[in-house]
Amino acid sequence: MDNLISFTDKGLYCAQGNFYIDPWKAVDKAIITHGHGDHARFGNKNYLCHTDTKPILQLRLGNNNYETVKWNEAIYINGVKVSLHPAGHIIGSSQIRLEYNNEVWVVSGDYKTKDDGLSGKFEPIKCNVFITESTFGLPIYKWKPQQEIYDNIINWINKNKENGKTSVLLAYSLGKAQRVLQAIKETTQTIYAHGAVFNMQQALINAGFNLTPVVRITPDTPKELLKASVVIAPPSADGTSWMKKFQPHSVGVCSGWMQVRGNARRRNVDAGFALSDHADWDGLIQTVKETGAEKIFVTHGFQSAFSRYCYEQNIAIAAEVKTQFEASPDLSEGEEFEGS
Amino acid sequence: MDDVRASFHSGKNGLGLFAQLVSELSSSTKTNDKLQSLVDYFATAPDEDKVWVIAIFSGRRPRRAVSFSLLREWCAEITQYPHWLLDECYHTVGDLAETLALLLPETKQQNQINKNLSHYLETFISIEKQDVSVRKKFIIDSWNQMNRDERFVFNKLITGAFRIGVSQKTIVNALSKIVDLSSSIIAHRISGNWDPVTTSFEDLLSESASVTDFSKPYPFYLAYALEEEPENLGEPNEWQAEWKWDGIRGQMIKRNNELFVWSRGEELMPDKFPEYFILKDLLPEGVVIDGEIIPAVGRKPLPFSILQTRIGRKNISRKQLQDAPICFFAYDLLEYNSEDIRGFPLHERRKKLEEIILPIKNNSIQISEIINFNSWSELAALRKTSREMNSEGIMLKRKNSDYKVGRKRGDWWKWKIDPLTIDCVMIYAQKGSGRRSNLYTDYTFAVKDGDKLIAFTKAYSGLTDKEFAEIDNFVKRNSIEKFGPVRTVKPELVFEIAFEGIAASNRHKSGVALRFPRMSRWRKDKTVDEINTIEDLKTMLEMYGK
Ligand SMILES: [Zn+2]
Ligand SMILES: [Zn+2]
Repeated sequence: MDNLISFTDKGLYCAQGNFYIDPWKAVDKAIITHGHGDHARFGNKNYLCHTDTKPILQLRLGNNNYETVKWNEAIYINGVKVSLHPAGHIIGSSQIRLEYNNEVWVVSGDYKTKDDGLSGKFEPIKCNVFITESTFGLPIYKWKPQQEIYDNIINWINKNKENGKTSVLLAYSLGKAQRVLQAIKETTQTIYAHGAVFNMQQALINAGFNLTPVVRITPDTPKELLKASVVIAPPSADGTSWMKKFQPHSVGVCSGWMQVRGNARRRNVDAGFALSDHADWDGLIQTVKETGAEKIFVTHGFQSAFSRYCYEQNIAIAAEVKTQFEASPDLSEGEEFEGS
Repeated sequence: MDDVRASFHSGKNGLGLFAQLVSELSSSTKTNDKLQSLVDYFATAPDEDKVWVIAIFSGRRPRRAVSFSLLREWCAEITQYPHWLLDECYHTVGDLAETLALLLPETKQQNQINKNLSHYLETFISIEKQDVSVRKKFIIDSWNQMNRDERFVFNKLITGAFRIGVSQKTIVNALSKIVDLSSSIIAHRISGNWDPVTTSFEDLLSESASVTDFSKPYPFYLAYALEEEPENLGEPNEWQAEWKWDGIRGQMIKRNNELFVWSRGEELMPDKFPEYFILKDLLPEGVVIDGEIIPAVGRKPLPFSILQTRIGRKNISRKQLQDAPICFFAYDLLEYNSEDIRGFPLHERRKKLEEIILPIKNNSIQISEIINFNSWSELAALRKTSREMNSEGIMLKRKNSDYKVGRKRGDWWKWKIDPLTIDCVMIYAQKGSGRRSNLYTDYTFAVKDGDKLIAFTKAYSGLTDKEFAEIDNFVKRNSIEKFGPVRTVKPELVFEIAFEGIAASNRHKSGVALRFPRMSRWRKDKTVDEINTIEDLKTMLEMYGK
């Protein structure tokens, strides 16, 4: 029997339903797991995504032919039963479940097993074949409880305030920014934001999400207002002249990569917070076990270590797959890609 | 085990406070922030820990009594992860102490015990010679009391791999804000021969401390590189010029009728250089001489590579004594008649130095000659001959300057010659360590050997983060084969490698070894056909390596 999903040069392809999942080349019909740039790309004729993903795609990809579904709502495409399920990664992020001839395949997209209160609660789905990401698929990546990290961020902000410094938090405009903003909204009256963060936050608020409002920084924003304030910006802003406006400042990065000291040092930041929107090692292993899949395909991240471990420990038969999804450890690259 | 000094308070103290200091020091990018962190630490830490921190930061790490492989073994036993997975993690993190700290299961808050840094280090020394099972129990019990950050510094300490980017000067400055002593006295006190196990903070740094250590050197005065034209320094006759010698900076001390030789690494090297024994009788009492430890036959020094054959050997053979006789090139006089004369102007110190050295007619010591010159252009022309002198360039010292502590601008400058360079192609790449642990940043380079390529050097530094990211990307897209952690790469990227010296080496397939190689330029304008050849390297060896 043919595989329900095959790996082609355009992306993950379901021949029976004649559609792609998160294709990296333009296709006729694309099902999109979530709004990050490496998963949702330009140029497809038809997009199918979760209701909450649509405003994100509209902001980033403009007007296209979008069809939306809710979680657990089944549709049929040439006999293939398709449904979306919460992935817990960012707002709207979904796993894609396909069922045909009594066989179930699940594509995880990016996922996070801990509930962040914004993205929906991740649930593992029983399947025969599970296609999983592996961005943080090494056991050095085990996240601290999110409240502990939030507390660290808040303490850092308060310490900066005492020292008359502006706190500049670097976080991806889609995903991490919303999450961090919810966590720090009590620390200060006004939170200032880079245009990229502001646009995303505003688009989501307009779409009806109850999120923390931010004030956009423009060339006219008076410098005195920014003194000892809290600013949120995408990682690409770091090192640009845009940052000069906030001096004296302290720069903090919110990313799972900050788990390793060398990464924080390499970026020359003052504080690294290992806050991730991806599952950690335990989360990945636990999920693979809970899906009950006998076969897994491992995509972007530490594919080879993660699949070898799953195979050796008899968790599942595992194969590495090359995709064009990004798990870039260098935060200055792929800025609007992975919400690491 | 000695728990007397352990404190069980909640909140940060003891090892926790030290872990916090380490993470502050490594994350802060400004010297002032580092200084503030140290001041805060010295203001709050227990005295017995402060002594250890001073010791660690001035290069007196406890010896390693547990090997990396044992620690890895115990970590595998606790976590049940296969060895290859630990290796994979280590490759990604780039630091074993940190890898283990991340892999060990987190200790529950209520089980964490905060003991003093001194408790761990002193217990560790006391069990150093005991059976491995005793050491294993101590280490695993300790791990189980610690959080992740504490384990990281603990692992660093027990593996003797502790290195932190803080200069001795910064430590001294921080201490000068805490104790009532001048920086130069603090610098002098902490650079001596003392043991943190038996020395208290009070002994070391109180105003009335009277521990005299006859072997103690003075902190070295170090020069900055001259980056502008020497004309900007003013009148040539205000300056003393010497060759910049390429050996090991050292101090020779004769006190109490004993001779001590120190390097900048602050290590006493009593038996390494038997040539110096005789100087105990030839030098007058109560002198400290600053100079360069360097092999030389007559007035002309030999290349640094010859000195390297002497370093790291316990026993020096007669042949080595013959082939690489070590001399001391005297630069400066810091103590005379048992009196600290660092405050005297250089020309006066120099006069006294000549009085002492010139009458000694012995191959083991000579004065570093002054270069006579009348104009900067004349000196610039002489500088071009540096390489033939086996010198790295010219030192400029202001004649009326005092002898300062550490690296200071203004009175001493090193005016180095331009490095040697060669164009070559990158053929292998490996992930970096530490701060570059996720990128391919360690490269092997090749020159042409007929129609083949031959690897001849590795280089890790010299590029910007942006360039490293670009090359990392190239490596990932153009690797031919993965061979362990190494990727063989399509030979396409051409680099100019700059280096300070070249020597024959039979460990290398190419037959040469470079000194301080680094990537000076990414030659995007060149193709692999235009790189240098092995013959070019051999010509350089002939010219500069003999
Ligand atoms: Zn992804
Ligand atoms: Zn994503």
